[in-house]
Amino acid sequence: MKTPLFDTHVASEGRIVEFGGFELPVQYEKTGIKAEHTAVRESVGMFDVSHMGEFLMSGPDAESELNYLVSNQVVGLPVGKVLYSLLCNEDGGIVDDLLIYKRAENSYLIVVNASNTEKDFEWMKSHLRKSVKFENISAKIGQIAIQGPKAVDVVRRLYPDVDKLHNYTFFETEYEGGWCVVSRTGYTGEDGFELYVEADKVVRLWNLLLETGKPEGLIPCGLGARDTLRFEAGMPLYGHELKDNYPANEVGLNFAIKMDKGDFIGREAIANHVAGFCRRGIKLLGKGIAREGSAVYQGSRQLGIVTSGNFSVTNGCALAMVRIFKGIEGNVEVEVRGKRFEAEFVKLPFIAKQNNK
Amino acid sequence: MKVLEKLQYLPSHEWVLVEGNKAKVGISDYAQHALGDVVYISLPEVGDEVTADESFADVESVKAASEVFSPVSGTVTAVNDALDSDAGLLNQDPYENWIIEVEFTALSENLVDAAEYTKLCN
Repeated sequence: MKTPLFDTHVASEGRIVEFGGFELPVQYEKTGIKAEHTAVRESVGMFDVSHMGEFLMSGPDAESELNYLVSNQVVGLPVGKVLYSLLCNEDGGIVDDLLIYKRAENSYLIVVNASNTEKDFEWMKSHLRKSVKFENISAKIGQIAIQGPKAVDVVRRLYPDVDKLHNYTFFETEYEGGWCVVSRTGYTGEDGFELYVEADKVVRLWNLLLETGKPEGLIPCGLGARDTLRFEAGMPLYGHELKDNYPANEVGLNFAIKMDKGDFIGREAIANHVAGFCRRGIKLLGKGIAREGSAVYQGSRQLGIVTSGNFSVTNGCALAMVRIFKGIEGNVEVEVRGKRFEAEFVKLPFIAKQNNK
Repeated sequence: MKVLEKLQYLPSHEWVLVEGNKAKVGISDYAQHALGDVVYISLPEVGDEVTADESFADVESVKAASEVFSPVSGTVTAVNDALDSDAGLLNQDPYENWIIEVEFTALSENLVDAAEYTKLCN
C-alpha cells in the first residue's frame, strides 16, 4: 500500500522500503538517518505517519466497552486527553499498543500500529460485549508527525492555539474545511505534534509545513530516524519489545496496566502471572552494535535477548533494549555475529526526557 | 554514484588498486551509499591473512551490519587506523579512505573493470 504522500517522497528522493504493508521512505538521500535524527533532537523534523490505523468508537456504552478492551483506565479520562494503553489478549499477551483520544463523553479516536490495523479492528469488534458504533477510518485519514524542540514554533503559525496544549492533549479543528486533529504527542522523546487530516489534503499540509518551517530548518525524516529516535527515548515498538506472547507485565509498561480498574481482557492472566522477565537498557563497551535477536549472557548462561539495538546518534555509543530475567546484576555479554561484547546496564530512557510541556 | 576508472571491483562492492605486489582495498561509493551512515568498522591487524572472496571486516551503519569481502589473497601489510576512530570517513570518500593494504599472492577471479562494475550497479 501507499500513503497519499508516496509520490512526494519519491520526488524528494526518499529511499523507499516496505514497512507494515506500506511503501515509505527509510531516509531521504539528501540527509540520511543521522542528519534527520539530529534535526529532530535539535530543531524540528517531519514524518509521514499516514500508515497508522485510526478507528472511531462511540455510543452510550463506548466508555465501558473500551475500558474492557484495553489495559489502561478509560473511565474518567477528561475530554481532550490522549491515553497510551495496551490491548491485551486473554493470556495477558499483547495484541498491540495504542493511543486513545477522548473526543467527547462516550466518543473516542483510537490510533493503532499500521501493520496491526486490520487485526486490531477485528479483535476489538469481536470482543465487544455491547453494541457501539465502531468504524475503521484509516484509509480516509492522513497523518503527519512534526517533532522537535522547535515544532511548536512551526505549528503555531498554522494553529495559534497550540501553546494551550499540554503533552498528551489535543484539540479538533479544521484544515481546508475538513476535520483535523492537532495532538501534542509523538514517538521521538521530543516535544512535538501529530496532525490528523483528511487523506486528500495531507499532501498540501505536508508542503505547507515544509514552507512554514523553513526558518527553523524543518526537514522531512524517514522511518530510520523515527526508529532511532523512539529507541533512544526508550519507547517500545510492537513486534520488537511487545509481542502477543510477551506477558504485559514483563515489558516495562505497568503504568498503562490498571489492575484495580475492574475487569478487562487479559486482567486475570496478568494477575496470575509472576513476571520473570523485564525490559532494560544496556550499553555496549566495545565497538559493535547488538541488534534485535542478539543473545545476552553472563558466562555460559543465556539471560535474555536484544529486542532493539542500534548506534545511538545522541549518545555516540551502541545501546540496546533487552528482554532479560529480572534481578540480574553486574555486567553482561551480548553476542554479535559469533563475537561477544561486554555491556553494562544503563537506565531507560537512554536520553534525558525534555518533554514536559 | 562515483566509479573510478583505475580500480577493479568485486560485485559485492569492494574495490582494489593493484600496485606491484601490493593491493589497496576499500568499499565503493555504491556500498557506502547503500549502507548509509557508517559508525564502526572492525579492522584486521597487520600480519593477518586474507582470502579472496572471503570476509575480512564488518561494517556497522545506523541501518545495518555488512561484511566486507577481500578482492585478493595475501598478508595484510597496513591498516587504515583513521577508520578505527572515525568510520564515517567511508561515507565522506570511500576511494580516498582505503581499508587495508595487502601483499597479495592471488586476485579474485570475480573482479571486473570499472565499465562492467558500473553496469552491475545500474
